[in-house]
Amino acid sequence: MIQRLYLDHNATTPLLPAVKEAMIAAMDLHGNPSSIHKEGRKIRQMIEESREKVAVFFGVKSARVIFTSGATESNNHVLRGFCGPVIIGATEHDSVRQPRPDAKICSVTQQGVLDLDHLEELLKESSEPTLVSVMIANNQTGVIQPIAEILKITHSHGGVFHSDCVQGIGKLTLDWSSLKPNYLSFSGHKIGAPQGVGALIIDETRPISPLIRGGGQERSWRSGTENFLGIVGLGIAIEAAQKQDWTKVKALKDTLESTLLNRYPEIEIFGQKSQRLPNTISLRMPGVKNDLQVMLFDLKGISVSAEAACSSGKVKSSHVLKAMGIPETSRNENIRVSLGLETTQQDIEQFIATWEDIYSSSITHTAKAS
Amino acid sequence: MTCDAKNSNKHTPQIYLDYQASTPCDPRVLEKMTPYFTLNFGNPHSRTHAHGWAAEEATEQAREQVAQIIRADPREIIFTSGATEANNLALKGLAHFYGDQKKHIITCATEHKCVLDTCRHLEQEGFDVTYLPVQTNGLIDLEALRSALRPDTLVVSIMAVNNEIGVIQPLAEIGKICRQNNTFFHTDAAQAVGKISLDVEAMNIDLMSISAHKLYGPMGIGALYVRRRPRIRLQALINGGGQERGMRSGTLPTPLCVGFGEACAIAQAEMEQDNIRLAKLAKRFHDKINQSLADVFLNGDPVHRIPGNLNLSFAYVEGESLVMGIKNLSVSSGSACTSASLEPSYVLRAIGVGEDLAHTSLRFGFGRFTTEEEVDTAVDCLVTSVLKLREMSPLWEMAQEGIDISKIQWAAH
Repeated sequence: MIQRLYLDHNATTPLLPAVKEAMIAAMDLHGNPSSIHKEGRKIRQMIEESREKVAVFFGVKSARVIFTSGATESNNHVLRGFCGPVIIGATEHDSVRQPRPDAKICSVTQQGVLDLDHLEELLKESSEPTLVSVMIANNQTGVIQPIAEILKITHSHGGVFHSDCVQGIGKLTLDWSSLKPNYLSFSGHKIGAPQGVGALIIDETRPISPLIRGGGQERSWRSGTENFLGIVGLGIAIEAAQKQDWTKVKALKDTLESTLLNRYPEIEIFGQKSQRLPNTISLRMPGVKNDLQVMLFDLKGISVSAEAACSSGKVKSSHVLKAMGIPETSRNENIRVSLGLETTQQDIEQFIATWEDIYSSSITHTAKAS
Repeated sequence: MTCDAKNSNKHTPQIYLDYQASTPCDPRVLEKMTPYFTLNFGNPHSRTHAHGWAAEEATEQAREQVAQIIRADPREIIFTSGATEANNLALKGLAHFYGDQKKHIITCATEHKCVLDTCRHLEQEGFDVTYLPVQTNGLIDLEALRSALRPDTLVVSIMAVNNEIGVIQPLAEIGKICRQNNTFFHTDAAQAVGKISLDVEAMNIDLMSISAHKLYGPMGIGALYVRRRPRIRLQALINGGGQERGMRSGTLPTPLCVGFGEACAIAQAEMEQDNIRLAKLAKRFHDKINQSLADVFLNGDPVHRIPGNLNLSFAYVEGESLVMGIKNLSVSSGSACTSASLEPSYVLRAIGVGEDLAHTSLRFGFGRFTTEEEVDTAVDCLVTSVLKLREMSPLWEMAQEGIDISKIQWAAH
């Protein structure tokens, strides 16, 4: 059996070895972190160490770090908990789009970048302090948003800023302490920690109402017994993210793109002209539907995706590409390839060869049929 | 293993008697989970490749195992981050979906904080909440429930087993009463699953909250059972990718789901033997305490209780000093959430325990890994500490002389 090739890191990432090690060590401990006895205190201490690591990464006081079950919960917490009007980017994740159907949508350019003039317009229309929620980088296209400018515009209009920064951690170097966002969400399983844990950076001066109430854990911002193992893993992963070097991954991505573009000028890479993540390619294979593509890639041992991994079994047309004005036919021929730190030159070669295989056979097949 | 009060901190191993706060993960559960952290990783919602399918298959098998232990259909199980979220989702979800038709909620005074806090929040939103009192044995009065029901009662939320005093509420009777009134019945079963047998059909339970780390599974995972026939609708608390049939978005944590499922399967298979063993241990503990100490009171009904819990009040000693004296026993004076505060337990207050006795109460939780030896050591420690503290207590001395302490008029200085 061939070794499978995983190129779907934006959906979920394998556990980092250091994370695994720390979690296995932590498995020997038990107790409820809110208990005052010895076991409880030890666990509490490890949770606080993780909190400190997250705080250091974002350059905030550890009191601003709240552990959650993941970015979806963090996003819901901010969007639902904020009292007042909301503006979100047109290419946001569903967990930002769904909680506030009343949100105003700020458009993006054809290259997937937020339209700053439109943002300014929307903020001017708003008479109360407004929440602006824009992701750091898009999960489907990898397009990076001009966060510093967005923040400046938002704050100059008295607004508050939230960002779902899950795809940017480790891959982008941002000076968080000078950017001063009000709220940030991220999840563990996109950065080498396990699923089921995430965090929210809150702004104590702009309180939002809690989503989950109860025992008053996380200083009453988020009740429920803490996911101890997950939190330990998250701490290690965020620490590792600080030291990661993605230049090799970017070089691999560039090779993949330029090779295919040189050989097949008819293909498209969405958001190509924008600043993008070093690992993400939104790639159109003309004439081949994406559900067929992912199936064929899977049969040949490669995991890629047609859009964000969410609930629907079906491949549906991406709202992200739609917002960028990409026509439906092109949207439905697009797949997402997302690399990881462990991706090698050989992997890229294997992907290219498989891609070419699928393309040529599909095109011949179509030609024969017609 | 003996209890030496002087050295209790240095050499004696810590004895864990706090199984209601959290249970250690069963090694068999960990073993099942671990491969899903590493080898079989994948987003269970990635439907387009084998990495995703393997993860999905694992979460679905876990869903089936969870469903089985409460005799539900796997499609009725919604994975959540734990019982707190499940309780929030059940109550807010029903209230926000049906709130324009029915505005009344019934719960009880000894519920877990997350139910009470959610109810208070719903009151602020305009819902009317009845907090049923409990009898001195900790059980609700079914007649009181009947008379509290109104045509617009949306849901009755009564916990299956109390986290502090371990008493089991009459679920089947409550379910029957609710069904007759056309009211939903939600139960927080965090302390009950795997300890008592539960049957959502026979008991007419419409919604049930479950937590994995209270039944030897991992922290950070739980579930809400939501009845399908007749169908119950909820407004989601967390929206997004539409996972869990739209009722709870967010990527499912595959390893945690697998661990939760395995924990349920083990509990289902071993509950009966576990309970026999625990009942023996608890009896041994309680008998030995009673043989050596006078004026120790059991809180909560002596019969309708789970075997792994004893909540005892040690009259004439100060609770804090007692906890300090038994440092090598991990016990708590109430629920974990509130144990950091020194407020006496609201559960004990609700069953009529006076403030002085409430301050001397400790919760002992026994579980799958508790040994007879640990129980004996714990008793030794406790008896030594209590005797020592009573020796120093003027109240104890007065009581021995026959003075009724509650009648003393204390002079202010």
